[in-house]
Amino acid sequence: MSSDNLMTLNLKIWRQQNSKDSGKIQDYVLEGVSPDSSFLEMLDQLNEKLIAEGIDPVSFDHDCREGICGMCSLMINGQAHGPERETTTCQLHMRKFNDGDTVVIEPFRARAFPVLKDLMVDRGAFDEIIAAGGFTNVNTGNAPDANSILIPQSDAELAMDAAACIGCGACVASCKNASAMLFVSAKVSQLALLPQGQVEADQRVQNMVAKMDELGFGNCTNEAECEASCPKGISISNIARMNRDYLSAAVKSKAEPKA
Amino acid sequence: MASKLCTYLKASVVKKQVMAVTGLLLCGFLVSHLIGNCLIYVGSDAFNTYAHALTSNKLIYVAEAILAAIFFTHIGLAIKLTVENKKARPVQYYMKQKTGRGATFASSTMPYTGMLILVFLIIHLINFKFGPVYMTQIDGIEVRDLHKTVVLYFQSPLNVLWYVIAMIALGIHVSHGFWSAFQSLGFSHPKYNCGLKLISKLFAVVIALGYIALPIYCYLLGGK
Repeated sequence: MSSDNLMTLNLKIWRQQNSKDSGKIQDYVLEGVSPDSSFLEMLDQLNEKLIAEGIDPVSFDHDCREGICGMCSLMINGQAHGPERETTTCQLHMRKFNDGDTVVIEPFRARAFPVLKDLMVDRGAFDEIIAAGGFTNVNTGNAPDANSILIPQSDAELAMDAAACIGCGACVASCKNASAMLFVSAKVSQLALLPQGQVEADQRVQNMVAKMDELGFGNCTNEAECEASCPKGISISNIARMNRDYLSAAVKSKAEPKA
Repeated sequence: MASKLCTYLKASVVKKQVMAVTGLLLCGFLVSHLIGNCLIYVGSDAFNTYAHALTSNKLIYVAEAILAAIFFTHIGLAIKLTVENKKARPVQYYMKQKTGRGATFASSTMPYTGMLILVFLIIHLINFKFGPVYMTQIDGIEVRDLHKTVVLYFQSPLNVLWYVIAMIALGIHVSHGFWSAFQSLGFSHPKYNCGLKLISKLFAVVIALGYIALPIYCYLLGGK
């Protein structure tokens, strides 16, 4: 690869020592960035440079780097996972940027998502919501016969669409109210649409919403910024489904919501 | 039972559903008020007779109390939700950009258009309901000449301008609110989603233009 293509970037990165530190934006200049590298590889390159200079490297979340684990995050130039549609940060490539660009990199921000260090964010709140009801009870033992439970194709498709959620938290990060409605509704929908999810359906929606509220996420104002910034394109029709499921559960369910 | 109701009323989803129901009821009020307004084009007697029929009926107090309750619920809950939403992100972004595929001007300005409508509502009540009282006779009955109050008020271009601005804000508020109410209540289906958004925008345009026409008509009418 010829060195002609290499870019120089002006990076503005959020640096924060720990969760108690107030943090600030720090400027860095990074030379020799290949347009073929991914955004995270660019950060790796920066960290190698910082380590060589004896500076504390920038902490950021990442894992599979294949766009499926939901671990990477980052607000890039004010957008969750950067400017590209339905793309996680790890799948965003530097060819989307130009030589000399200024790139602002911040952590996802919400009261329920405390910053641990630099760009690293604790999204354990999502795990708590799942633990509150995002599961089904199944019998252990032999595997059930395939196709013994009939599911309409359209329902299976919708459930799969909802199940595409990787729980990265971009919906919360991009929502002006830091609402977790898209995540919770996807996790409610993927089970509510299937026969296997019916036993706990009423309790599930009530308990997951109660937990979401308790954790301090904001309220949904139906702006659809979540859907627009979701790397998996989860639809806000899931939010409508959760709204009606909650209303129906509130009217007919014997159990009260418990967070 | 009461505690169960309290638990539900504290849930984010239910608060939004109460906003939705009160919002839709207020849309209904907008329609009925607009139809009443249209009597001004028929003539002063028709307008005054309608106003008299409304205010002389004892049930008006019940209707006004219900309407006030709907308004206060919608406004009070809006304030509560907005405060909660601000608290949900205590540290703001250094840089935040919209995707351009989600939020609209209407959706991102709901609290501001809402506040403007509230200010308008208070001024509106002071100017008309509790405004200058003129009397006239229709078929030998002494009635309030509300028509005169309205027409005289709109002789000032500033009053017309303020009214027009407030009604544009109302149109913007309703254009997001109407669709949003259905989403909050759980109505969403590929069959009618597009239609619902279109109806929401059309409804907003009809409401805004419908209300804007009145002050302009009164201004052009002059003191006649």
